[in-house]
Amino acid sequence: MGRKLLLEHINVPNINTFDVYREKGGYRSVEKALKTMTPDEVVEEVKKSGLRGRGGAGFPTGMKWSFLAKPEGVARYLVCNADESEPGTFKDRFLMTYIPHALIEGMITSSYALGANTSYIYVRGEMMPQIRILEKAIAEAKAKGFLGKNILGTGYDLELYVQPGGGAYICGEETALLESLEGKRGNPRIKPPFPAIAGLYGCPTVVNNVESIAAVVPIINDGGDEYAKLGIGRSTGTKLISAGGNLKKPGVYEIDLGLSCEEFVYSDEYCGGIANGKRLKAVVAGGSSVPILPANLFFKTANNEARLMSYESLADGGFATGTMMGSGGFIAFDEDACIVRNTWNFTRFYHHESCGQCSPCREGTGWMEKVLHRLEYGHGKKSDIDLLVDVSKKIEGNTICPLGDAAAWPVASAIRHFRDEFEWHVTNASEAMTRNYGLAHYADPLPKKEETAA
Amino acid sequence: MKVTIDGITVEVDPGTTILNAARQIGGDIVPPAMCYYSKLQGSGGKCRTCLVKVSKGSEKDPRPMPKLVASCRTTVMDGMEVQNITSPEVIEARKGVVEMLLINHPLDCPICDQAGECHLQDLGYEHGAAKTRYEFDRRTFEKIDIGDKIQLHMTRCILCYRCVFTADQITDHRIHGILNRGDHSEISTYIQAAVDNDFSGNVIDVCPVGALTDKTFRFKNRVWFTKPVDAHRDCNHEKCNGKVTLWYKGEDVIRVTARKDVYGEVEEFICNECRFDKKKTADWVIEGPRKIANNSVISANHYDTLRPLPVVKTNPVLQENNKNQFERDTRL
Repeated sequence: MGRKLLLEHINVPNINTFDVYREKGGYRSVEKALKTMTPDEVVEEVKKSGLRGRGGAGFPTGMKWSFLAKPEGVARYLVCNADESEPGTFKDRFLMTYIPHALIEGMITSSYALGANTSYIYVRGEMMPQIRILEKAIAEAKAKGFLGKNILGTGYDLELYVQPGGGAYICGEETALLESLEGKRGNPRIKPPFPAIAGLYGCPTVVNNVESIAAVVPIINDGGDEYAKLGIGRSTGTKLISAGGNLKKPGVYEIDLGLSCEEFVYSDEYCGGIANGKRLKAVVAGGSSVPILPANLFFKTANNEARLMSYESLADGGFATGTMMGSGGFIAFDEDACIVRNTWNFTRFYHHESCGQCSPCREGTGWMEKVLHRLEYGHGKKSDIDLLVDVSKKIEGNTICPLGDAAAWPVASAIRHFRDEFEWHVTNASEAMTRNYGLAHYADPLPKKEETAA
Repeated sequence: MKVTIDGITVEVDPGTTILNAARQIGGDIVPPAMCYYSKLQGSGGKCRTCLVKVSKGSEKDPRPMPKLVASCRTTVMDGMEVQNITSPEVIEARKGVVEMLLINHPLDCPICDQAGECHLQDLGYEHGAAKTRYEFDRRTFEKIDIGDKIQLHMTRCILCYRCVFTADQITDHRIHGILNRGDHSEISTYIQAAVDNDFSGNVIDVCPVGALTDKTFRFKNRVWFTKPVDAHRDCNHEKCNGKVTLWYKGEDVIRVTARKDVYGEVEEFICNECRFDKKKTADWVIEGPRKIANNSVISANHYDTLRPLPVVKTNPVLQENNKNQFERDTRL
């Protein structure tokens, strides 16, 4: 059984309240950091831990912190990215709902390490319950002297604010988040300069994911070296995985990085296997933006070794045979799942959420969605499949922010691994409609393009 | 610092972007730019037409950059090597961007006032494919009068943000911007309010396509049938230097614009009074015919015969200048 660091007390009644959380050892990291460590020592512990950003990119958190510019007389900010909204990812929402003080504690310790006296938790606007929970937790922490002026008599001041976002997926991109936080339209900024040099209000800023900030708590409590003992290779510590799709036991799990993929899917401790005794067909391992993998490739690496839930192992073989850890939004598809329909659904999301600032993403996501819609509804042509591959290539790597890649990868990987299914949709349109919607008659009345032309 | 673009090395100041370094060299290796505008702070990086390949980062760190970069926003490093037209990857990406831009931009050049001065028209000619693969309905919009002098034809807009930056940076207050997101984005004013300030007309000049048009010029003529003449006047407006180009049809001034440089960018912005209200030759001090690049369609009618501009008929000095210019252009 894996060790629980973030969800250790998840089943304790009222753990969302300050008193119960404190009773269970909460806010020790704040006391330890503020009273016994310098900010640089805290940063050093995080570096030692090998913690990698849990939002999706997996960049080493300690290194990110060490890039923070420290000019004299200029404010520094810590911003928590709680704009979680990728299809399949819901672990931050879970953490904020049930153990809000873990995030507040992490924010105080991290802000101290970075020399920030004002910090923000930027929460997706739709998550009103979580916003209220966090505001209540902040008020409790402030009342107990863990926030505000002169925290615990150490002379360190910190004001922590919760800022609801407008509800756009793009605001989860760190520079778009900063724009939104400044009250502007949530468009990504062109980098450089990176936020560590010029972020919020032009000041040095660190933007971290909810889980990354919460993970600072056990790192400071037990030491970075202790944290680094968990996991495998450069994937240290534990990771929250939000598991969904056709699983017997969907939910949020905390796993030691390095757990075998097979164990994660089939063991009773975690997902318990595929629902209704069906076979696993495909997996999206880290949120909808990462490439989809067929089951056989998900369980075996390119070298035919057992694949592990770690950053390196999941990426083994590149996109030809691998995928990414991403945010940990795990989605399982059983043998009945329609990959074309699913790909269309994902693309529909990215089309809707593209900010529209740069041309390839603005126009390309919509184009892909329309072609996929045509395929899904029985009016596709064989050339559509190659067209999709080409359009996804034209978007990938050519956009301002990674949303373009996030839209292109699911399409490219779905066609790479399930091309026959796309072709089947072209040749068996009516059957595809029956299978997906029970609408045998639906595909027929609508004339196909070639027929219309004739 | 030294930067090499398509094999040509140029020495530039630190902080220069790849695009501006290329512009110092000039010629075909200059990447196209639809959204970058050197006179507007923060512009660029959006349209992705200026993507280039950095095959060597710098002398210190020679690793190539993993992705194509926007040359208008990427500053050069000493020893950097860049590929523009020598990279098939760049040409392919640019072709893709042009195809995407033309998805929702109608090819209504035959009726568009911007025809002949349109950056997208040039880009489409240089990089576009003969046929689009896009088979779905295009988005369309009703035309909007934003003020009594400017018409917004949103259907043609490629969302370069230039007009938004212009309004932000050279007018007193901005009341227009981008609404919605993704391919539903559109330039609009708050409840179609008028863009009404002394410098609003400059949004027409910065628009790279025909989305923002001058209502006092709409459908009056094709630009290649007009005669552009540089002129100036003592403008009372403190921010306007009064240097313009007058566009003649016969002996009538049918349009007034700010003067543009070789990359189609306004040299200095002008006020609305100069642009919209001063349309008589008597209002201006004529300097002489405007120099137009040989490859511009505007030059087309200047080659057939030497026809001095109507306005300079009686001025022997300008007549001589005019003649010299046309002779030189013809020789070239």
